[in-house]
Amino acid sequence: MKSDPWDAVVVGAGPAGLMAALTAAQGGLRVLLLDSQPTAGGQIWRGAAAGQRGVAGDLLRDAASHPGITVLSGAEVIAAAAGKPHVLTVTSPSGLTHVHAARVILATGATERFLPFDGWTLPGVVGAGGLQAMSKGGLDVRGKRVVVAGSGPLLLAVAAGLRQKGARVLAVVEQAGLPQVAAFGVAAARLPGKAAEALGLAAGLRGVPYWADCAVVHASGQNQLQTVTLRRGRCEVTLTCDYLAVGFGLIPETRVAALLGCSLDAQGAVEVNVWQATGVSGVYAAGEVCGIGGVDGALLEGFVAGCTASGQIERLHDAPRRAEIQRRFQSTLERSFALRPERLPTPSSQTIICRCEDVRHGELQPFTNWTAAKLQTRCGMGACQGRVCGPATETLYGWKFSGVRAPLAPLPLSQLLSEPNTLSPP
Amino acid sequence: MPERTLAVLTLDGVRVMVPAGTTVLAALQNAGLSPLRRSLSGEARGALCGMGSCYECRAVVDGQTVRTCLTPVQDGQNVRRLMEVNREV
Ligand SMILES: Cc1cc2nc3c(=O)[nH]c(=O)nc-3n(C[C@H](O)[C@H](O)[C@H](O)COP(=O)(O)OP(=O)(O)OC[C@H]3O[C@@H](n4cnc5c(N)ncnc54)[C@H](O)[C@@H]3O)c2cc1C
Ligand code: FES
Repeated sequence: MKSDPWDAVVVGAGPAGLMAALTAAQGGLRVLLLDSQPTAGGQIWRGAAAGQRGVAGDLLRDAASHPGITVLSGAEVIAAAAGKPHVLTVTSPSGLTHVHAARVILATGATERFLPFDGWTLPGVVGAGGLQAMSKGGLDVRGKRVVVAGSGPLLLAVAAGLRQKGARVLAVVEQAGLPQVAAFGVAAARLPGKAAEALGLAAGLRGVPYWADCAVVHASGQNQLQTVTLRRGRCEVTLTCDYLAVGFGLIPETRVAALLGCSLDAQGAVEVNVWQATGVSGVYAAGEVCGIGGVDGALLEGFVAGCTASGQIERLHDAPRRAEIQRRFQSTLERSFALRPERLPTPSSQTIICRCEDVRHGELQPFTNWTAAKLQTRCGMGACQGRVCGPATETLYGWKFSGVRAPLAPLPLSQLLSEPNTLSPP
Repeated sequence: MPERTLAVLTLDGVRVMVPAGTTVLAALQNAGLSPLRRSLSGEARGALCGMGSCYECRAVVDGQTVRTCLTPVQDGQNVRRLMEVNREV
């Protein structure tokens, strides 16, 4: 069934998507803003309230109250076909819905990269951003002993956030070397507004040891995490903790983009031009789906995508200059926290790589690519469809993850059997 | 501040009261129920990503298997861990 198309559908209600939706609506478009999370805000603003002080509160309020924007939370895009119009299929507790869109703005953000080591499957070993997300979702971390490990500036944000919620952060463990981390700090401090933010972060982390050049070796416990062992220089250190929050940087979440036929760059991010347009007509992308650069870059790109999609070219006069600053920051970020094989956890032959199907490192070593391994071992064939082991095998073995197929999430039987609804603009 | 209204839910047969705005995952974890399932080889597993991509936080909520990190608590919900469900069958 054909329905009236939306002028623009924005996928993802993080900083990039919120800004893109608001900007496009200001240009007169009827916008549908979708997100799989129960509330808008994306990863960084999860649980923030519309109208609270600051950028997040302002943007959440403005997007929610703009008459040109319809917000749909708890709605996940599971299929997408490019065309005139583009068609997105969305699953939500109220069933399957088809959405027709003259333009699509992809703002699907990023996910965390997990690298396997012995013990990483124990309950209590969680993502670094993951633990932050859980705590924003109501997990009580008061008094919990937490080791934050892996790579990237997210570790610092997470450690400060958890500490503010009452956790005892025992150490922040970074695989990059101190000179690289310092170079990043200097680049960040040059950005407008960032110096104050960095000082705030440093104050929030006073007294927490920061160990650069340090590797996770293994985690141990009986059915639950008890200790983590780290390598610092030539020494091994074992810490007793309740949570090991561990993440090795972020990876653009490009599944919907792949279904629409957008091309990806060498880093696995959606390729866009200076106006945030992808190579697919009527499809734009903004934020971390186009490369990992933090909230300010996401806001700027969302603004540019919203302007371009709605033809508000006059509002873009300052954008190229701001984008250039952002790009420099992003490349320092990439250089500073580039993963170093000698500082990454190393799996043993018994280490589980694919958690869904319990496939071990030893079973995967004979293979030379993802497809062969997948067919022979079921690696990546489980519930998460390679979302966790795909990036891990890319780092461990240099395999290219492939095979994004609809539906992107398993569907409840009731939805499979029912006729999808269509959702038209008001 | 988020409002502090409470939801009453049942977690593996035990009634608990949690603030509205909490995820089902956080309710389970706060109740000490963080191992959620057993893997194919029998290992205890718990949530990993907190954002809907690892599928490790699945549990049966009112008869449907869902990702609990994406599911807000609601008054009257009945939540069962896969660990418990599978032990019975
Ligand atoms: C788990 C995690 C926690 C983080 N925590 C912090 C933090 O505390 N502080 C910090 O400074 N930075 C944090 N970050 C970094 C953060 O990603 C960026 O700073 C910023 O949020 C990027 O904005 P964005 O709009 O590009 O993407 P995001 O904020 O990631 O928003 C993308 C949105 O798209 C939605 N989405 C994706 N796919 C679909 C789909 N198929 N259907 C529907 N919706 C979809 C997601 O649910 C998400 O809400 C975190 C990152 C991650 C992965
Ligand atoms: S914790 Fe990963 S999907 Fe819920």
